[in-house]
Amino acid sequence: MGIISRGFGGRRRESVPGLPPGQYLTHDFPVLSAGPTPRVPLDRWRFTITTETGEKTSWNWSEFQALPAEDFTVDIHCVTKWSKLGTTWRGVSLDTLLGDVESSADYTMAHSFGGYTTNVPMEDLLDGKAWVVYKFEGEDLHPEHGGPARLLIPHLYFWKSAKWVTGLTLMPEDEPGFWEAAGYHMYGDPWREQRYQGD
Amino acid sequence: MTATSTEEFEDGATLDGNAMAGDLREVFAVDVTSARYMCAGCRHTDAVATLRLWNRAPGLVARCPNCEDVVIRVVRAPDKVYLDLRGSVRLEVPLEGV
Amino acid sequence: MARTAISGRLIWRAATLAEAHWETPTARTLVLDVPDWPGHLPGQHVDVRLTADDGYSAQRSYSIASSWPHPQNRVELTIQRLDDGEVSPYLTDTVEVGDQIELRGPVGGWFVWRETQTAPVLLLGGGSGVVPLMAMIRARATAGTKQPFRLIYSVRTPTDILYAEELRRRVRDDAGLDVHYVYTRKTPDDWSSPPKRIDVAALNTYGWPPDFAPDCFVCGPTTFVEAAADILVALGHDPRRIRTERFGGTS
Repeated sequence: MGIISRGFGGRRRESVPGLPPGQYLTHDFPVLSAGPTPRVPLDRWRFTITTETGEKTSWNWSEFQALPAEDFTVDIHCVTKWSKLGTTWRGVSLDTLLGDVESSADYTMAHSFGGYTTNVPMEDLLDGKAWVVYKFEGEDLHPEHGGPARLLIPHLYFWKSAKWVTGLTLMPEDEPGFWEAAGYHMYGDPWREQRYQGD
Repeated sequence: MTATSTEEFEDGATLDGNAMAGDLREVFAVDVTSARYMCAGCRHTDAVATLRLWNRAPGLVARCPNCEDVVIRVVRAPDKVYLDLRGSVRLEVPLEGV
Repeated sequence: MARTAISGRLIWRAATLAEAHWETPTARTLVLDVPDWPGHLPGQHVDVRLTADDGYSAQRSYSIASSWPHPQNRVELTIQRLDDGEVSPYLTDTVEVGDQIELRGPVGGWFVWRETQTAPVLLLGGGSGVVPLMAMIRARATAGTKQPFRLIYSVRTPTDILYAEELRRRVRDDAGLDVHYVYTRKTPDDWSSPPKRIDVAALNTYGWPPDFAPDCFVCGPTTFVEAAADILVALGHDPRRIRTERFGGTS
Protein backbone atom coordinates (compact mmCIF):
# COMPACT_ATOMS: atom_id res chain seq x y z
CA MET A 1 0.00 0.00 0.00
CA GLY A 2 1.27 3.46 -0.89
CA ILE A 3 1.49 6.51 1.33
CA ILE A 4 -1.86 7.76 2.57
CA SER A 5 -3.07 10.97 0.93
CA ARG A 6 -4.44 13.03 3.82
CA GLY A 7 -8.11 13.76 3.34
CA PHE A 8 -8.56 11.55 0.28
CA GLY A 9 -11.72 9.49 0.46
CA GLY A 10 -12.32 8.46 -3.11
CA ARG A 11 -15.64 7.34 -4.45
CA ARG A 12 -18.26 6.78 -1.81
CA ARG A 13 -18.04 3.15 -0.81
CA GLU A 14 -18.90 0.99 2.14
CA SER A 15 -17.19 -2.07 3.45
CA VAL A 16 -20.08 -4.09 4.85
CA PRO A 17 -20.19 -7.57 6.35
CA GLY A 18 -21.49 -10.32 4.13
CA LEU A 19 -19.78 -9.22 0.93
CA PRO A 20 -17.25 -11.43 -0.83
CA PRO A 21 -13.65 -10.75 0.29
CA GLY A 22 -12.13 -7.49 -0.92
CA GLN A 23 -15.42 -6.06 -2.21
CA TYR A 24 -16.98 -2.64 -1.49
CA LEU A 25 -20.67 -1.84 -1.60
CA THR A 26 -21.80 0.59 -4.28
CA HIS A 27 -25.25 2.10 -4.80
CA ASP A 28 -24.81 3.35 -8.35
CA PHE A 29 -24.21 1.04 -11.30
CA PRO A 30 -20.71 1.62 -12.71
CA VAL A 31 -20.37 1.14 -16.46
CA LEU A 32 -17.34 -0.84 -17.51
CA SER A 33 -16.58 -1.46 -21.16
CA ALA A 34 -13.70 -2.74 -23.22
CA GLY A 35 -14.83 -1.16 -26.47
CA PRO A 36 -17.49 0.82 -28.28
CA THR A 37 -21.06 0.23 -27.08
CA PRO A 38 -22.94 -1.56 -29.88
CA ARG A 39 -26.43 -0.32 -30.69
CA VAL A 40 -28.17 -3.50 -31.71
CA PRO A 41 -31.49 -3.09 -33.57
CA LEU A 42 -34.04 -5.61 -32.32
CA ASP A 43 -34.83 -6.78 -35.85
CA ARG A 44 -31.19 -7.84 -36.22
CA TRP A 45 -30.91 -9.42 -32.80
CA ARG A 46 -30.48 -13.21 -32.53
CA PHE A 47 -29.39 -15.54 -29.78
CA THR A 48 -27.75 -18.72 -31.04
CA ILE A 49 -26.53 -21.81 -29.23
CA THR A 50 -23.99 -23.82 -31.21
CA THR A 51 -23.20 -27.32 -29.99
CA GLU A 52 -19.84 -29.11 -30.17
CA THR A 53 -21.11 -30.87 -33.30
CA GLY A 54 -22.02 -27.59 -34.94
CA GLU A 55 -25.79 -27.80 -34.53
CA LYS A 56 -27.43 -24.46 -34.01
CA THR A 57 -30.52 -23.45 -32.06
CA SER A 58 -31.50 -19.86 -32.55
CA TRP A 59 -34.13 -17.33 -31.48
CA ASN A 60 -34.95 -13.95 -32.96
CA TRP A 61 -36.18 -11.18 -30.69
CA SER A 62 -39.89 -11.99 -30.87
CA GLU A 63 -39.26 -15.72 -30.45
CA PHE A 64 -37.05 -14.94 -27.48
CA GLN A 65 -39.69 -12.69 -25.91
CA ALA A 66 -42.23 -15.51 -26.25
CA LEU A 67 -40.13 -17.81 -24.03
CA PRO A 68 -41.13 -18.11 -20.37
CA ALA A 69 -39.43 -15.33 -18.41
CA GLU A 70 -38.50 -15.04 -14.75
CA ASP A 71 -38.29 -12.01 -12.48
CA PHE A 72 -35.61 -12.31 -9.82
CA THR A 73 -33.40 -10.32 -7.45
CA VAL A 74 -29.68 -11.04 -7.02
CA ASP A 75 -26.41 -9.47 -5.83
CA ILE A 76 -23.67 -8.76 -8.35
CA HIS A 77 -19.93 -8.58 -7.77
CA CYS A 78 -17.49 -6.90 -10.16
CA VAL A 79 -13.81 -7.90 -10.18
CA THR A 80 -12.93 -4.19 -9.97
CA LYS A 81 -14.15 -4.56 -6.36
CA TRP A 82 -17.65 -3.10 -6.33
CA SER A 83 -20.67 -5.14 -5.32
CA LYS A 84 -24.27 -4.13 -5.81
CA LEU A 85 -26.96 -5.78 -3.74
CA GLY A 86 -30.57 -6.55 -4.55
CA THR A 87 -30.60 -5.93 -8.28
CA THR A 88 -33.83 -6.88 -10.03
CA TRP A 89 -33.90 -8.45 -13.47
CA ARG A 90 -36.21 -10.13 -15.96
CA GLY A 91 -34.95 -12.72 -18.37
CA VAL A 92 -34.98 -16.26 -19.67
CA SER A 93 -33.29 -19.00 -17.68
CA LEU A 94 -30.47 -20.87 -19.38
CA ASP A 95 -32.30 -24.03 -18.26
CA THR A 96 -35.00 -23.05 -20.73
CA LEU A 97 -32.59 -22.11 -23.51
CA LEU A 98 -30.46 -25.24 -23.13
CA GLY A 99 -33.40 -27.56 -22.39
CA ASP A 100 -33.80 -29.04 -25.86
CA VAL A 101 -30.16 -28.80 -26.92
CA GLU A 102 -28.39 -32.14 -27.42
CA SER A 103 -24.90 -31.84 -26.02
CA SER A 104 -22.42 -33.51 -23.72
CA ALA A 105 -20.11 -30.47 -23.58
CA ASP A 106 -18.79 -29.46 -20.16
CA TYR A 107 -17.82 -25.92 -21.13
CA THR A 108 -19.29 -22.97 -22.97
CA MET A 109 -18.06 -19.76 -24.52
CA ALA A 110 -20.38 -16.76 -24.52
CA HIS A 111 -20.08 -14.43 -27.52
CA SER A 112 -21.16 -10.81 -27.81
CA PHE A 113 -21.71 -8.13 -30.42
CA GLY A 114 -18.36 -6.36 -30.69
CA GLY A 115 -16.32 -9.54 -30.28
CA TYR A 116 -16.26 -9.97 -26.50
CA THR A 117 -16.09 -13.55 -25.20
CA THR A 118 -16.09 -15.23 -21.81
CA ASN A 119 -15.94 -18.90 -20.82
CA VAL A 120 -18.32 -20.52 -18.35
CA PRO A 121 -18.61 -24.18 -17.31
CA MET A 122 -21.90 -25.73 -18.43
CA GLU A 123 -22.91 -26.64 -14.87
CA ASP A 124 -22.72 -22.96 -13.87
CA LEU A 125 -25.38 -22.12 -16.45
CA LEU A 126 -27.87 -24.77 -15.30
CA ASP A 127 -30.17 -25.32 -12.30
CA GLY A 128 -31.44 -21.76 -12.02
CA LYS A 129 -28.02 -20.12 -11.79
CA ALA A 130 -27.93 -18.12 -15.04
CA TRP A 131 -30.18 -16.10 -17.35
CA VAL A 132 -30.23 -14.05 -20.51
CA VAL A 133 -31.82 -10.85 -19.18
CA TYR A 134 -33.47 -7.96 -20.99
CA LYS A 135 -34.98 -5.86 -18.20
CA PHE A 136 -33.25 -4.20 -15.25
CA GLU A 137 -35.30 -2.67 -12.40
CA GLY A 138 -38.37 -2.94 -14.60
CA GLU A 139 -36.93 -1.04 -17.58
CA ASP A 140 -35.54 -2.23 -20.89
CA LEU A 141 -31.86 -2.95 -20.39
CA HIS A 142 -29.88 0.12 -21.51
CA PRO A 143 -27.13 -0.46 -24.13
CA GLU A 144 -24.43 0.71 -21.73
CA HIS A 145 -25.45 -2.08 -19.37
CA GLY A 146 -25.56 -4.66 -22.14
CA GLY A 147 -28.95 -4.17 -23.75
CA PRO A 148 -30.90 -5.43 -25.62
CA ALA A 149 -29.88 -8.53 -23.67
CA ARG A 150 -26.99 -9.74 -21.57
CA LEU A 151 -25.94 -12.87 -19.82
CA LEU A 152 -26.36 -12.82 -16.04
CA ILE A 153 -24.44 -15.29 -13.86
CA PRO A 154 -24.55 -13.61 -10.47
CA HIS A 155 -22.54 -16.24 -8.57
CA LEU A 156 -19.45 -15.46 -10.68
CA TYR A 157 -17.60 -12.15 -11.10
CA PHE A 158 -19.59 -9.83 -13.30
CA TRP A 159 -17.21 -9.99 -16.31
CA LYS A 160 -18.73 -13.45 -16.88
CA SER A 161 -22.14 -11.81 -17.37
CA ALA A 162 -21.40 -10.87 -20.99
CA LYS A 163 -23.09 -7.70 -22.25
CA TRP A 164 -24.75 -7.66 -25.71
CA VAL A 165 -24.71 -11.45 -25.74
CA THR A 166 -25.34 -13.11 -29.10
CA GLY A 167 -24.92 -16.74 -28.21
CA LEU A 168 -23.12 -19.64 -26.63
CA THR A 169 -20.70 -22.10 -28.17
CA LEU A 170 -20.62 -25.43 -26.34
CA MET A 171 -17.13 -26.91 -25.97
CA PRO A 172 -15.73 -30.22 -24.74
CA GLU A 173 -12.64 -28.45 -23.28
CA ASP A 174 -12.33 -25.17 -21.39
CA GLU A 175 -10.89 -22.25 -23.33
CA PRO A 176 -10.16 -18.71 -22.16
CA GLY A 177 -12.32 -15.77 -23.26
CA PHE A 178 -11.41 -12.07 -23.63
CA TRP A 179 -10.28 -11.31 -20.07
CA GLU A 180 -9.35 -14.87 -19.12
CA ALA A 181 -6.76 -14.88 -21.94
CA ALA A 182 -5.31 -11.65 -20.56
CA GLY A 183 -4.68 -12.83 -17.01
CA TYR A 184 -8.06 -13.11 -15.32
CA HIS A 185 -9.19 -16.30 -13.61
CA MET A 186 -10.77 -19.06 -15.74
CA TYR A 187 -13.64 -19.55 -13.27
CA GLY A 188 -13.96 -16.30 -11.26
CA ASP A 189 -15.69 -17.18 -7.98
CA PRO A 190 -15.97 -13.96 -5.94
CA TRP A 191 -16.33 -15.86 -2.64
CA ARG A 192 -12.95 -17.50 -3.23
CA GLU A 193 -11.58 -14.21 -4.62
CA GLN A 194 -10.57 -15.80 -7.92
CA ARG A 195 -9.63 -12.59 -9.68
CA TYR A 196 -6.43 -13.46 -11.52
CA GLN A 197 -4.87 -16.64 -12.87
CA GLY A 198 -3.43 -18.59 -9.96
CA ASP A 199 -5.77 -17.05 -7.34
CA MET B 1 -12.39 7.23 -40.46
CA THR B 2 -16.12 7.33 -41.11
CA ALA B 3 -18.46 9.50 -39.10
CA THR B 4 -20.15 6.42 -37.72
CA SER B 5 -17.01 4.92 -36.31
CA THR B 6 -16.00 8.28 -34.85
CA GLU B 7 -19.27 8.33 -32.95
CA GLU B 8 -18.62 4.86 -31.69
CA PHE B 9 -15.16 5.80 -30.50
CA GLU B 10 -16.66 8.76 -28.67
CA ASP B 11 -18.61 6.21 -26.76
CA GLY B 12 -16.10 5.40 -24.07
CA ALA B 13 -12.69 5.87 -25.63
CA THR B 14 -11.77 9.22 -24.20
CA LEU B 15 -8.10 8.38 -23.92
CA ASP B 16 -5.39 7.11 -26.21
CA GLY B 17 -2.24 5.03 -25.98
CA ASN B 18 -0.30 7.91 -24.42
CA ALA B 19 -2.11 7.12 -21.17
CA MET B 20 -0.66 3.57 -21.11
CA ALA B 21 2.88 4.89 -20.78
CA GLY B 22 3.13 4.48 -17.01
CA ASP B 23 1.74 0.96 -16.84
CA LEU B 24 3.92 -0.18 -19.76
CA ARG B 25 7.00 1.40 -18.23
CA GLU B 26 6.50 -0.81 -15.20
CA VAL B 27 7.22 -3.72 -17.52
CA PHE B 28 9.61 -2.39 -20.13
CA ALA B 29 12.85 -0.43 -19.86
CA VAL B 30 11.91 1.68 -22.89
CA ASP B 31 8.87 3.75 -23.72
CA VAL B 32 6.51 1.44 -25.62
CA THR B 33 4.05 4.22 -26.54
CA SER B 34 6.68 5.42 -29.04
CA ALA B 35 6.86 1.98 -30.65
CA ARG B 36 4.98 1.28 -33.88
CA TYR B 37 2.45 -1.51 -33.83
CA MET B 38 1.08 -3.41 -36.80
CA CYS B 39 -2.56 -4.37 -36.28
CA ALA B 40 -3.17 -8.10 -36.71
CA GLY B 41 -6.65 -7.36 -38.02
CA CYS B 42 -6.10 -4.73 -40.71
CA ARG B 43 -2.28 -4.30 -40.90
CA HIS B 44 -2.61 -0.62 -40.05
CA THR B 45 0.60 0.68 -38.52
CA ASP B 46 1.22 3.68 -36.29
CA ALA B 47 2.58 4.62 -32.88
CA VAL B 48 1.17 2.76 -29.87
CA ALA B 49 0.36 6.25 -28.54
CA THR B 50 -2.34 6.59 -31.23
CA LEU B 51 -4.34 3.51 -30.17
CA ARG B 52 -7.78 4.24 -28.67
CA LEU B 53 -7.81 3.31 -25.01
CA TRP B 54 -10.64 1.94 -22.91
CA ASN B 55 -9.64 2.06 -19.26
CA ARG B 56 -12.98 1.76 -17.47
CA ALA B 57 -12.65 -1.98 -17.53
CA PRO B 58 -10.91 -4.75 -15.59
CA GLY B 59 -7.78 -3.87 -17.59
CA LEU B 60 -6.55 -1.53 -20.30
CA VAL B 61 -7.89 -2.27 -23.78
CA ALA B 62 -6.13 -0.54 -26.66
CA ARG B 63 -7.88 -0.73 -30.02
CA CYS B 64 -6.73 0.07 -33.55
CA PRO B 65 -8.07 3.49 -34.63
CA ASN B 66 -8.52 2.10 -38.14
CA CYS B 67 -10.50 -1.12 -37.54
CA GLU B 68 -11.38 -1.12 -33.79
CA ASP B 69 -9.75 -4.53 -33.23
CA VAL B 70 -8.01 -5.00 -29.90
CA VAL B 71 -4.25 -4.56 -30.33
CA ILE B 72 -3.00 -4.58 -26.72
CA ARG B 73 -4.53 -5.66 -23.42
CA VAL B 74 -2.87 -4.91 -20.10
CA VAL B 75 -4.10 -6.52 -16.89
CA ARG B 76 -2.59 -5.42 -13.60
CA ALA B 77 -2.64 -8.05 -10.84
CA PRO B 78 -1.22 -7.22 -7.42
CA ASP B 79 2.12 -8.88 -8.08
CA LYS B 80 2.33 -9.05 -11.88
CA VAL B 81 1.30 -7.48 -15.15
CA TYR B 82 -0.28 -9.49 -17.96
CA LEU B 83 0.34 -8.12 -21.41
CA ASP B 84 -1.67 -9.61 -24.27
CA LEU B 85 -0.22 -8.62 -27.64
CA ARG B 86 -1.99 -11.07 -29.95
CA GLY B 87 -3.69 -8.19 -31.77
CA SER B 88 -0.33 -6.85 -32.85
CA VAL B 89 1.65 -8.61 -35.59
CA ARG B 90 4.77 -6.86 -34.35
CA LEU B 91 6.08 -3.95 -32.34
CA GLU B 92 8.88 -1.82 -33.73
CA VAL B 93 10.61 -0.25 -30.74
CA PRO B 94 12.96 2.70 -31.24
CA LEU B 95 16.11 2.47 -29.16
CA GLU B 96 17.06 5.70 -27.44
CA GLY B 97 20.43 7.15 -28.26
CA VAL B 98 21.41 4.65 -30.99
CA MET C 1 19.34 14.62 -19.52
CA ALA C 2 16.92 13.97 -22.35
CA ARG C 3 18.00 10.36 -22.47
CA THR C 4 17.57 9.65 -18.77
CA ALA C 5 14.12 11.18 -18.91
CA ILE C 6 12.97 8.32 -21.14
CA SER C 7 14.82 5.29 -19.79
CA GLY C 8 15.64 4.03 -16.34
CA ARG C 9 13.64 2.18 -13.74
CA LEU C 10 10.24 3.61 -12.99
CA ILE C 11 9.20 3.96 -9.37
CA TRP C 12 6.46 5.68 -7.38
CA ARG C 13 7.85 8.72 -5.58
CA ALA C 14 6.38 10.67 -2.70
CA ALA C 15 5.90 14.24 -3.91
CA THR C 16 5.29 17.08 -1.47
CA LEU C 17 3.10 20.03 -2.37
CA ALA C 18 5.37 23.08 -2.08
CA GLU C 19 3.06 25.75 -3.53
CA ALA C 20 -0.28 25.96 -5.25
CA HIS C 21 -2.16 28.66 -7.12
CA TRP C 22 -5.40 28.96 -9.05
CA GLU C 23 -5.10 29.50 -12.81
CA THR C 24 -8.86 29.92 -13.28
CA PRO C 25 -11.80 29.44 -10.89
CA THR C 26 -11.68 25.70 -11.61
CA ALA C 27 -8.03 24.93 -12.42
CA ARG C 28 -5.18 24.85 -9.96
CA THR C 29 -1.44 24.50 -10.48
CA LEU C 30 0.36 22.25 -8.00
CA VAL C 31 4.08 22.91 -7.57
CA LEU C 32 5.64 19.72 -6.26
CA ASP C 33 8.92 18.85 -4.64
CA VAL C 34 9.90 15.46 -5.99
CA PRO C 35 13.12 14.05 -4.55
CA ASP C 36 15.59 12.80 -7.18
CA TRP C 37 13.40 13.89 -10.09
CA PRO C 38 15.32 12.75 -13.18
CA GLY C 39 14.12 15.61 -15.41
CA HIS C 40 11.59 15.38 -18.20
CA LEU C 41 10.79 16.45 -21.74
CA PRO C 42 7.91 18.81 -22.48
CA GLY C 43 4.78 16.80 -23.34
CA GLN C 44 5.53 13.98 -20.91
CA HIS C 45 3.12 13.20 -18.13
CA VAL C 46 3.04 11.61 -14.69
CA ASP C 47 0.71 9.13 -13.09
CA VAL C 48 -0.68 10.33 -9.78
CA ARG C 49 -1.82 7.79 -7.19
CA LEU C 50 -3.96 8.68 -4.19
CA THR C 51 -4.51 6.21 -1.37
CA ALA C 52 -7.26 6.45 1.26
CA ASP C 53 -6.65 5.30 4.83
CA ASP C 54 -8.52 2.03 4.18
CA GLY C 55 -6.18 1.16 1.32
CA TYR C 56 -8.51 2.19 -1.50
CA SER C 57 -6.51 3.89 -4.22
CA ALA C 58 -7.15 5.75 -7.47
CA GLN C 59 -4.71 6.60 -10.23
CA ARG C 60 -4.81 9.21 -13.02
CA SER C 61 -2.42 10.64 -15.61
CA TYR C 62 -1.63 14.36 -15.72
CA SER C 63 0.56 16.25 -18.16
CA ILE C 64 3.51 18.12 -16.72
CA ALA C 65 3.08 21.89 -17.13
CA SER C 66 6.59 23.01 -16.29
CA SER C 67 9.82 22.66 -18.22
CA TRP C 68 13.08 21.28 -16.95
CA PRO C 69 15.46 22.46 -15.59
CA HIS C 70 13.20 24.33 -13.17
CA PRO C 71 14.41 27.23 -10.97
CA GLN C 72 13.45 25.42 -7.74
CA ASN C 73 13.92 21.90 -9.16
CA ARG C 74 10.16 21.38 -8.91
CA VAL C 75 7.52 19.79 -11.09
CA GLU C 76 4.28 21.64 -11.86
CA LEU C 77 0.94 20.06 -12.73
CA THR C 78 -2.18 21.99 -13.65
CA ILE C 79 -5.37 20.21 -12.65
CA GLN C 80 -8.77 21.04 -14.14
CA ARG C 81 -11.52 20.18 -11.66
CA LEU C 82 -14.30 17.92 -12.92
CA ASP C 83 -17.15 18.16 -10.46
CA ASP C 84 -18.15 14.51 -10.63
CA GLY C 85 -14.53 13.37 -10.64
CA GLU C 86 -12.84 11.31 -8.01
CA VAL C 87 -9.24 12.55 -8.16
CA SER C 88 -9.33 16.06 -9.66
CA PRO C 89 -11.54 17.66 -6.93
CA TYR C 90 -9.13 16.33 -4.33
CA LEU C 91 -6.17 17.88 -6.16
CA THR C 92 -7.88 21.24 -6.72
CA ASP C 93 -9.78 21.67 -3.45
CA THR C 94 -8.40 19.41 -0.72
CA VAL C 95 -4.67 18.88 -0.98
CA GLU C 96 -2.69 21.51 0.97
CA VAL C 97 0.89 22.69 1.00
CA GLY C 98 2.95 20.11 2.88
CA ASP C 99 0.70 17.18 1.92
CA GLN C 100 2.13 14.22 0.04
CA ILE C 101 0.84 12.46 -3.05
CA GLU C 102 2.46 9.63 -4.98
CA LEU C 103 3.75 10.27 -8.43
CA ARG C 104 5.25 8.03 -11.11
CA GLY C 105 7.11 9.39 -14.07
CA PRO C 106 7.98 11.08 -16.23
CA VAL C 107 6.35 8.79 -18.80
CA GLY C 108 5.46 8.97 -22.47
CA GLY C 109 8.02 9.45 -25.21
CA TRP C 110 5.83 10.09 -28.24
CA PHE C 111 3.91 13.29 -27.53
CA VAL C 112 7.09 15.22 -26.73
CA TRP C 113 8.99 18.11 -28.27
CA ARG C 114 12.75 18.12 -28.23
CA GLU C 115 14.71 21.34 -28.50
CA THR C 116 16.83 19.66 -31.19
CA GLN C 117 13.80 19.59 -33.53
CA THR C 118 14.42 22.46 -35.91
CA ALA C 119 11.03 22.70 -37.67
CA PRO C 120 8.48 25.39 -36.86
CA VAL C 121 5.96 24.19 -34.29
CA LEU C 122 2.17 24.41 -34.37
CA LEU C 123 0.44 23.78 -31.06
CA LEU C 124 -3.32 23.17 -31.00
CA GLY C 125 -4.81 22.98 -27.53
CA GLY C 126 -8.40 22.40 -26.46
CA GLY C 127 -9.29 23.30 -22.86
CA SER C 128 -6.80 21.88 -20.39
CA GLY C 129 -5.12 20.16 -23.37
CA VAL C 130 -2.98 23.28 -23.40
CA VAL C 131 -1.01 22.04 -20.38
CA PRO C 132 1.62 19.89 -22.18
CA LEU C 133 1.79 22.54 -24.93
CA MET C 134 2.61 25.15 -22.28
CA ALA C 135 5.45 22.91 -21.15
CA MET C 136 6.76 23.03 -24.74
CA ILE C 137 6.52 26.83 -24.86
CA ARG C 138 8.34 27.05 -21.53
CA ALA C 139 10.98 24.55 -22.64
CA ARG C 140 11.69 26.55 -25.77
CA ALA C 141 12.26 29.65 -23.63
CA THR C 142 14.38 27.71 -21.14
CA ALA C 143 16.53 26.32 -23.96
CA GLY C 144 16.73 29.71 -25.65
CA THR C 145 16.11 28.18 -29.08
CA LYS C 146 14.54 30.02 -32.00
CA GLN C 147 12.07 27.64 -33.67
CA PRO C 148 8.97 29.71 -34.47
CA PHE C 149 6.04 28.55 -32.30
CA ARG C 150 2.36 29.16 -32.86
CA LEU C 151 -0.32 28.21 -30.37
CA ILE C 152 -4.00 28.06 -31.28
CA TYR C 153 -5.87 27.65 -28.02
CA SER C 154 -9.55 26.73 -27.97
CA VAL C 155 -11.39 27.69 -24.77
CA ARG C 156 -15.03 28.08 -23.79
CA THR C 157 -14.78 31.61 -22.42
CA PRO C 158 -12.03 34.15 -21.67
CA THR C 159 -12.10 33.22 -17.96
CA ASP C 160 -11.21 29.63 -18.83
CA ILE C 161 -7.80 30.54 -20.25
CA LEU C 162 -4.98 28.85 -18.39
CA TYR C 163 -1.73 30.83 -18.04
CA ALA C 164 -3.38 33.94 -19.55
CA GLU C 165 -0.92 36.42 -18.01
CA GLU C 166 2.14 34.34 -18.75
CA LEU C 167 1.07 33.82 -22.36
CA ARG C 168 0.54 37.57 -22.78
CA ARG C 169 4.02 38.22 -21.39
CA ARG C 170 5.66 35.52 -23.48
CA VAL C 171 4.06 36.73 -26.71
CA ARG C 172 5.68 40.10 -25.92
CA ASP C 173 9.06 38.78 -24.74
CA ASP C 174 9.66 35.40 -26.41
CA ALA C 175 10.62 36.24 -29.99
CA GLY C 176 8.86 34.00 -32.49
CA LEU C 177 5.90 32.98 -30.32
CA ASP C 178 2.33 33.74 -31.43
CA VAL C 179 -0.89 32.84 -29.65
CA HIS C 180 -4.40 32.88 -31.07
CA TYR C 181 -7.56 32.08 -29.11
CA VAL C 182 -10.68 30.35 -30.37
CA TYR C 183 -13.69 30.91 -28.09
CA THR C 184 -16.35 28.23 -28.27
CA ARG C 185 -19.03 29.66 -25.90
CA LYS C 186 -18.35 33.31 -25.15
CA THR C 187 -15.85 35.75 -26.64
CA PRO C 188 -14.29 38.88 -25.13
CA ASP C 189 -16.43 41.98 -25.75
CA ASP C 190 -14.17 43.39 -28.44
CA TRP C 191 -13.80 40.11 -30.34
CA SER C 192 -14.43 40.27 -34.06
CA SER C 193 -16.27 36.96 -34.54
CA PRO C 194 -18.98 35.03 -32.70
CA PRO C 195 -18.12 31.94 -30.62
CA LYS C 196 -17.10 29.01 -32.82
CA ARG C 197 -15.20 25.77 -32.79
CA ILE C 198 -11.73 25.43 -34.27
CA ASP C 199 -12.08 25.50 -38.06
CA VAL C 200 -10.24 25.67 -41.37
CA ALA C 201 -10.21 29.47 -41.29
CA ALA C 202 -8.50 29.62 -37.91
CA LEU C 203 -5.85 27.11 -38.94
CA ASN C 204 -5.34 28.81 -42.32
CA THR C 205 -4.93 32.23 -40.76
CA TYR C 206 -3.10 31.47 -37.53
CA GLY C 207 -1.35 28.16 -38.22
CA TRP C 208 1.65 27.44 -40.42
CA PRO C 209 1.23 26.59 -44.10
CA PRO C 210 1.90 22.91 -44.86
CA ASP C 211 4.88 24.01 -47.01
CA PHE C 212 6.68 25.02 -43.83
CA ALA C 213 6.44 21.39 -42.68
CA PRO C 214 5.76 22.27 -39.05
CA ASP C 215 5.73 19.75 -36.24
CA CYS C 216 2.11 19.75 -35.03
CA PHE C 217 1.02 18.85 -31.51
CA VAL C 218 -2.71 18.51 -30.83
CA CYS C 219 -4.03 17.91 -27.32
CA GLY C 220 -7.52 18.08 -25.84
CA PRO C 221 -10.75 16.16 -25.57
CA THR C 222 -11.32 13.50 -28.24
CA THR C 223 -13.78 15.61 -30.24
CA PHE C 224 -11.33 18.52 -30.39
CA VAL C 225 -8.39 16.31 -31.32
CA GLU C 226 -10.33 14.53 -34.08
CA ALA C 227 -11.58 17.80 -35.55
CA ALA C 228 -8.23 19.60 -35.39
CA ALA C 229 -6.22 16.67 -36.77
CA ASP C 230 -8.73 16.17 -39.61
CA ILE C 231 -8.43 19.85 -40.58
CA LEU C 232 -4.62 19.68 -40.54
CA VAL C 233 -4.64 16.67 -42.84
CA ALA C 234 -7.24 18.28 -45.13
CA LEU C 235 -5.05 21.39 -45.39
CA GLY C 236 -2.18 19.22 -46.58
CA HIS C 237 -0.12 18.70 -43.46
CA ASP C 238 1.85 15.47 -43.40
CA PRO C 239 0.07 13.10 -40.97
CA ARG C 240 3.48 11.85 -39.82
CA ARG C 241 4.23 15.30 -38.42
CA ILE C 242 0.97 15.45 -36.43
CA ARG C 243 1.10 14.10 -32.90
CA THR C 244 -2.05 13.88 -30.85
CA GLU C 245 -2.95 13.28 -27.25
CA ARG C 246 -6.54 12.69 -26.16
CA PHE C 247 -7.79 12.95 -22.67
CA GLY C 248 -11.36 12.53 -21.61
CA GLY C 249 -11.36 15.23 -19.04
CA THR C 250 -9.35 13.30 -16.48
CA SER C 251 -11.68 12.83 -13.51
